[in-house]
Amino acid sequence: MSAISREDVVHLARLAHIEMNDAELDKMTGELAVIVDSIAAVSEAAGDDVPATSHPIPLQNVLREDVVGKTLTPEQALQNAPDADENRFKVPAILDGE
Amino acid sequence: MSAATETLVDYDEALDTYDPVLGFEVHVELNTKTKMFSSAPNAFGDEPNTNVNEVDLGLPGVLPVVNKSGVEYAILIGLALNCQIAETCGFARKNYFYPDTPKNFQTSQYDDPIAFDGYLDIELEDGEVFRVEIERAHMEEDAGKLTHMGGAAGRIQGADFSLVDYNRAGVPLVEIVTKPIVGAGKRAPELAKAYVAAIREIVKNLGVSDARMERGNVRCDANVSLMAKDATEFGTRTETKNVNSLRAVDHAVRFEISRQAGVLNAGNKVVQETRHWHEDTRTTTSGRPKSDADDYRYFPEPDLVPIVTTEAWIEELRSRLPEPPAERRKRLQADWGYADAEFRDVVNAGLVDAIEETIAAGASAAVARKWWMGEISRLAKNADVEPTELGATPATIIELNSLIEGKKINDKIARQVLEYVIAGEGSPSEIVDKRGLAVVNDDSALGAAIDDAMAEMPGVVEKIKGGKLQAVGALIGPVMKATRGQADAGRVREIVLEKLGVEG
Repeated sequence: MSAISREDVVHLARLAHIEMNDAELDKMTGELAVIVDSIAAVSEAAGDDVPATSHPIPLQNVLREDVVGKTLTPEQALQNAPDADENRFKVPAILDGE
Repeated sequence: MSAATETLVDYDEALDTYDPVLGFEVHVELNTKTKMFSSAPNAFGDEPNTNVNEVDLGLPGVLPVVNKSGVEYAILIGLALNCQIAETCGFARKNYFYPDTPKNFQTSQYDDPIAFDGYLDIELEDGEVFRVEIERAHMEEDAGKLTHMGGAAGRIQGADFSLVDYNRAGVPLVEIVTKPIVGAGKRAPELAKAYVAAIREIVKNLGVSDARMERGNVRCDANVSLMAKDATEFGTRTETKNVNSLRAVDHAVRFEISRQAGVLNAGNKVVQETRHWHEDTRTTTSGRPKSDADDYRYFPEPDLVPIVTTEAWIEELRSRLPEPPAERRKRLQADWGYADAEFRDVVNAGLVDAIEETIAAGASAAVARKWWMGEISRLAKNADVEPTELGATPATIIELNSLIEGKKINDKIARQVLEYVIAGEGSPSEIVDKRGLAVVNDDSALGAAIDDAMAEMPGVVEKIKGGKLQAVGALIGPVMKATRGQADAGRVREIVLEKLGVEG
């Protein structure tokens, strides 16, 4: 039984600002379900004594001293920008949060 | 609900019916040398997109690395707010799509903030102390700066396009979140202002932020809701964003109380939404309602491993904590012996440090206050600068005072000398010498001026002889005039009494 419904995919697509037609939504619902079910199998395999983890390598406190390093020039920063003006990235006007 | 249909309820009336509940999210920009996850400079006011590197731009394949100072500053803030410090905590991605972050997520902390469960005691103007509980303080990064172009006056509505500068993207932030604050009643706006002022003061005192609100170093989102006096559950709250001056915090809370009371009195429901603050009209307007767009799909940031704090590390940081500002003020007031009102005036004038330095340099508390709060403040006001920017130093005050105590000059001349010091003419002693301002101590010269005055006022002389000693005052004016203000009034009195053979 899949944990991913078509409504979930519609919601996720909206959050991700991806436009999807009906056929794509159907296809993606099925494909995401396969992935989620596969991952669920891992949860079943892990016993109660295995804590949830987000980082497989036991590293901690990878910290950097507060010392200034190199930066890009504005020209370098903007070289892949679709559009630029006054050394700034030029983007379509978007209402906050939309 | 549009502004046109809103009826504001008189503030006092609103508070007769409802109790306000407050909550604050204050973002503090840290003043580390570099960004939170990249080694690009953290600097204000530079040319656009000059303080950026590949990490800040979210280019493929880059690896963020945590700034150790950013973590330590966050712990310092947590300790100063009496928080618990997490033994272990991590970073999370807060996903949203907006051009102010080129990565399409903000690196933040989700369910394991570095500091939690603290409190801050806020002293209101009249000395009443109100405890604000701190829910959490977590680390995150600032976003880039958008400038909306075209349309009407740069407002986002009707803008044609936006220009993005990522210099600010990745600047370390600590977000301080309070628990709901109940019981402030009519003092809610005052408490709101005092709370933000206290946070600003603490982070400045810790040295972890420049704490300049006009530059956005300290930014406040204010949550306000109302509950009926007999209610047991909180009402629906609104979140007014970017209330970025102390005065605005006061006004925004006050306005929301009046507005929500109007909505409730009309039998309507307060809409849970963000609201925009307008400094020009001192009002808020509807932003956007809470929606599924607020689903940020937080998940652990895979590129950043957990932060583990040891007791030794925390204690080392604790040992760096300066004396809290509120405790320092209490100590100084007691040391200096100022009355509450006197001390409050000093605090409001921003002269605590100046007076402390002046006393440390050897002046008495009374003398330090007299000069800083008196003539220096007056001259500063005329010149439209801060008293500390005028050019008077603790040394100036100490020298002026010793000239007065040594009877070299009187108070009035001393005030003139101060003006000359500020004009850059030299030290007080130099000015007194150069301008020949020393009090006439030569008793013969003074005696002649006194003889003249007594000759002109025989009636006054008779009164003095008859025992009315306060009549001497009438002679001092003419003597001062004759000596161009450089006589010592006390000495004049002594000489008069001597001449007339009257006991002082």
